[in-house]
Amino acid sequence: MFYSLVFSISKVALAALLDARHHSPSLNHLGDSMASKKKQQDTAGMTQEGRFYSAERLHAMHDMMLYIRRFEEKAGQMYGLKKIGGFCHLCNGQEAVCVGMDEAAEPTDYMLTSYRDHGHILARGTDGVAVMAELLGREGGVVGGKGGSMHMFDKSKNFAGGNGIVGEQVPIGTGFAFASKYRDDKRVSITIMGDGGVNQGAVYESFNMAALWKLPVVFVIENNQYAMGTSLSRASAETHLYKRGISFKVPGIQVDGMDVLEVERKMTEALEHARSGQGPIIVEMMTYRYRGHSMSDPATYRTRDEVDEWRSGRDPIVRLQKQMVEAGLATEAEFKQKDKDIKKEVVAVAKAAEAQSEPELSKLWDDILTDEIPNAYPYPRQVG
Amino acid sequence: MAKITYREALNQAMCQEMERDDRVFLMGEEVAEYNGAYKVSQGMLDKFGPRRVIDTPITELGFAGLGVGAAMAGLRPIIEFMTWNFAVLAADQIVNAAAKMKYMTGGQYDCPMVFRGAGGAAARVSSQHSQAFENWYANIPGLKVVMPSNPADAKGLLAASIRDNDTVIFIENEINYGDIGEVPEGEYIIPLGKADIKRVGKDVTLIAHSRMTGYALLAAEELAKQGIDVEVVDPRTIRPLDEATILASVAKTNRAVVIEEGWRFAGIGAEISARIMEKGFDDLDAPVARVTGKDVPMPYAANLEQYALPSVAEIVEAARVVCNRA
Repeated sequence: MFYSLVFSISKVALAALLDARHHSPSLNHLGDSMASKKKQQDTAGMTQEGRFYSAERLHAMHDMMLYIRRFEEKAGQMYGLKKIGGFCHLCNGQEAVCVGMDEAAEPTDYMLTSYRDHGHILARGTDGVAVMAELLGREGGVVGGKGGSMHMFDKSKNFAGGNGIVGEQVPIGTGFAFASKYRDDKRVSITIMGDGGVNQGAVYESFNMAALWKLPVVFVIENNQYAMGTSLSRASAETHLYKRGISFKVPGIQVDGMDVLEVERKMTEALEHARSGQGPIIVEMMTYRYRGHSMSDPATYRTRDEVDEWRSGRDPIVRLQKQMVEAGLATEAEFKQKDKDIKKEVVAVAKAAEAQSEPELSKLWDDILTDEIPNAYPYPRQVG
Repeated sequence: MAKITYREALNQAMCQEMERDDRVFLMGEEVAEYNGAYKVSQGMLDKFGPRRVIDTPITELGFAGLGVGAAMAGLRPIIEFMTWNFAVLAADQIVNAAAKMKYMTGGQYDCPMVFRGAGGAAARVSSQHSQAFENWYANIPGLKVVMPSNPADAKGLLAASIRDNDTVIFIENEINYGDIGEVPEGEYIIPLGKADIKRVGKDVTLIAHSRMTGYALLAAEELAKQGIDVEVVDPRTIRPLDEATILASVAKTNRAVVIEEGWRFAGIGAEISARIMEKGFDDLDAPVARVTGKDVPMPYAANLEQYALPSVAEIVEAARVVCNRA
């Protein structure tokens, strides 16, 4: 089977796959085209809710989720060793949202999120070494060591952060959508926030403008049930967050964010809605973070049972593995081997990132202004 | 050269740049159908249509952030705040996003945009509508702060700000909107970061920006009658500051007064005084004096408002003190 190519996961293979997908947009519409029927005939795969997923694509989604999981675990470990500083927010448990969403998106679509951004940028196809190097404050980091965990950006992948102020990215994402409409280039802005961020006023200002001007934006709410340590019901009068757009005539849908295939399907629909000129839409992804809010959070505000229920009962990776085994597209033994390979790969990623130098001191002064004014104070690149 | 108002000069700059570059658009409250709360955007909706001249809801944080995103996506937004008092609501997007986007993204994303509107005290509009915030923004790396004091500067500096590839905080003055002056026709650009000597003199340097430049020029006339020959320097760009022009003037006059409408503590005057002390200490024959707004919220009553603001008389007095003529 040709998916065995993907099977022996390596970063290179992963990148190649992502590349292939990003360079062949038709793969993004397998379920609703003639191409899918043709594929169905000569390709192994499975159909869910009327949508066909090739084995190749399922493996790619699975591998990316597992890669994110192991990457985050490695990041947590590196943080424990004090190699990563500052704040560090992991997304273990939320991988299906990252991967399913990116699967549905076009590479030209914009994506913006908050500070829980490692999984999203990895799903978008950015090199893991660059992401890890950023976490470690190294010169080869995605933003050259200027941002760290909270500020991952990759313009070449249309990934615009990595924004550290809760809710701040929502008006900015609306601005990307405004630019799409202004230029009529059919790009959609995928603007992600959490169940905490959704209570910021800026969000509703954005909903209103986006609806008023029919901007092509999908507002994704990653509802992981906790805004730092405050549960949804303690912070939100209306806990059905997909309804938060009602006053602005922004439609909303709720999605099982622990099911990568449902995420992919619903997100595809939402993107079509936005792209077709119907304006914004809210997608509430019901998900769960296994770790605390940040590395300093022991998460004592929730019970062990609750965490276990999500972890063992609804885990998105285990779920997809089961589906694939049942469909005869893989065996448990193969997944075990894959996990070993990915763990190895992540170790290699961390090693490569750690081997990099810290940024040169002269970089301190770079990228403040584009048009520096050399004879005016504060003088570029000097103290006084 | 035609004689036009400060507001018409701003309008010309925006129209000129929008004709030149389709990426430039104007967005803000009442900018389109109402023709601008202060009529700065008069006629622009007719000229450019609703795609490029956009009325917003009253939602400063939202449309400031929308501008940031549009700039990151490659457009060149002009975001109008009806006044800078309301921009306080948008400070998150200006300070936490626009100012540091280039740095935070390792140079990947730029924010080439202009935030503009009226700053400073107007007339009898009390505490929440009479504030000078230039020192807030001038403190922040990643921003440029520009403040024109007359119609010609308004046109040339706004055109330069729109063309600039960084985020520019462009602070106009409501009292100045109706001022008339000679303004070059056609394309007119004044490079940012260049101060202008508004009056040449040899005895004392008055450094003043925005509305206070006019006050300094009035004080200079009064001082001339008293035999004191005043030089008036208008920085025009507050950040980055053309300190060379200021220092050269002080080297000539050996005396300086810094005037600003805003509050004294950590104000623009504090910064300029410190630079003169750091770089021009040996040129000084007297300590630098500051004339600033009084350290109070702006009151409504006419007499109290007048008292809270710097006056020409206070500038005259300060100049006399530094010239040992008090």
